[in-house]
Amino acid sequence: MTVLGIEDPGVWSAYLLCIFSALFCVFYGIANWNKGEEHPEDKKWVE
Amino acid sequence: MDNIFALSITIIAYLLIVGFLGYLGYKKTKNTLDYLVAGRATHPVVMALSYGATFISTSAIVGFGGAAALFGMGLLWLTFLNIAVGIAIAFIVFGKRTRKMGHNLDAHTFPELLSKRFDSTFIQGFAGIVIFLFMPIYASAVLIGAARFIETTFVSHLDYNVALLIYTLIIAGYVMAGGLKGVMYTDALQGAIMFVGMIFLLAFTYTKLGGVVNAHQALGALAPQVPEKLIGQGHLGWTHMPKLGSALWWNLFSTIVLGVGVGVLTQPQLSVRFMTVKSNKEINRGVLVGGIFILAMTGIAFVVGALSNIYFFNHPEFGKVALTAAGGNIDKIIPMYINSSMPVWFVYIFMLSLLAAAMSTSSSQFHTMGSALGRDIFEKIIFKGKNFKHTIGVTRLGILAGVIITVILGYKLPGSIIAIATAIFFGLCANTFLPTYFGALFWKGMTKTGAIASMLTGLLGTAFWYLFIHQKESEALGLCKFIFDKPTLASFPWTVIDAIVVILPISFAVAIIASLFTKKLSTNHIENCFKHF
Repeated sequence: MTVLGIEDPGVWSAYLLCIFSALFCVFYGIANWNKGEEHPEDKKWVE
Repeated sequence: MDNIFALSITIIAYLLIVGFLGYLGYKKTKNTLDYLVAGRATHPVVMALSYGATFISTSAIVGFGGAAALFGMGLLWLTFLNIAVGIAIAFIVFGKRTRKMGHNLDAHTFPELLSKRFDSTFIQGFAGIVIFLFMPIYASAVLIGAARFIETTFVSHLDYNVALLIYTLIIAGYVMAGGLKGVMYTDALQGAIMFVGMIFLLAFTYTKLGGVVNAHQALGALAPQVPEKLIGQGHLGWTHMPKLGSALWWNLFSTIVLGVGVGVLTQPQLSVRFMTVKSNKEINRGVLVGGIFILAMTGIAFVVGALSNIYFFNHPEFGKVALTAAGGNIDKIIPMYINSSMPVWFVYIFMLSLLAAAMSTSSSQFHTMGSALGRDIFEKIIFKGKNFKHTIGVTRLGILAGVIITVILGYKLPGSIIAIATAIFFGLCANTFLPTYFGALFWKGMTKTGAIASMLTGLLGTAFWYLFIHQKESEALGLCKFIFDKPTLASFPWTVIDAIVVILPISFAVAIIASLFTKKLSTNHIENCFKHF
């Protein structure tokens, strides 16, 4: 099976995984864009 | 000459903007917290671009791009790990806990985080010394990457030594003055320039070779041109993986893919980035920016590096594959390809991109070496943190010392060294710090003894492996030959298997076993480390 002109599945799978993993990062970032927003006792040492 | 004049104007304009951003960092730095962790209030895009631009240097583009011209597109497994481990796992799994624990323990550096988590000043001093002594190897690889490109672009216009000196002085200036704020502001600008340059490079290369599928097919058809020596080592062509279990396969997967792919988790200059943001929201947003950025950096560098073989082979001036055209020095392949195949205006853009890539990484390396000496060794170990008012001053001296060591190494290291030197430092960090870092964030039962035993095992094990087993280094270092009158104590395949495959599991095992049988840290201390998790 040839994908994107590459015969070796060991190579074209790496090529596609790179793109999919970057897409995962994009979707994760969008899905959690406003999550994780946030202590008084810790502020003390900063001051 | 007009071209050189135009390029010089472009670079001067860029350096003026960098200088202004460095000055901005200086003006906004009021205390140690600002100087070492940018006041813990960095914008998510600045944090992610800074992380990416620090992660990706000329080492990745010139060194590993050249390695892709040798190994072929199988190197894309490293890009996959760069994104999956270096961004997704690093940010989502390690980053959030690093940020919280860094806040809980008031840690300013990576060694300080480990030291406070395990209540051990030894760990801070030990980690600081490891970083200060070994990071110059990686820093000089980045320096060589920049110098190689400057050398080929400004040939006969600028002396190599002068270029290296100017480059180093500019970076040392804004890092020493602006601290981590100056570093991160300039990183964000440099990351944006790198992104534009790499997108152009990919578009140019694929267009020149008739599109994606045509380019890949042409590269596949080049397989009969693989040099005899590489065939003997397991090379099957640039669109094929090397032969399973061959010397080339082990070199590709154990040293380059695993060494760098896993080693990124314990890069002190990267993990400190997580301590510069005030909440997990910034880290979540950073994942999006980081994923796209790394794909555009290493993904493009590796694809273009492999495809450069077609250009060199079809070009009447060369008529041979990239490695042969570059005289056997893989560090020269990408600079030669850009300078010879691209329009002059693009060479300018790419020159700027590479300069930005090198500067953004060098600046963080210098800052990390300086903070290792100033904060981790001087303030916390020698002066035991008591009434020490000179952290910033000593850190600046540390930066200067790190710069000098790096430049000296830059002149001494041999050719084709960039990717290897980078992989060695990343592997050393993984073997020495990863079990302790992982245990610090995820295992409340890990003990001080377990952490120290694991770190010593990782460092000494890696040193033993490179001095006596892994032939490429043991032969170059010569100690094995001197003591035992042979270049290595092992036989194939151990001579080509990297330390990370053997030493990292041992280091993890030592951490677990030692922690199970030694005194636990107090419940109060553990609760303080993990509060608000």
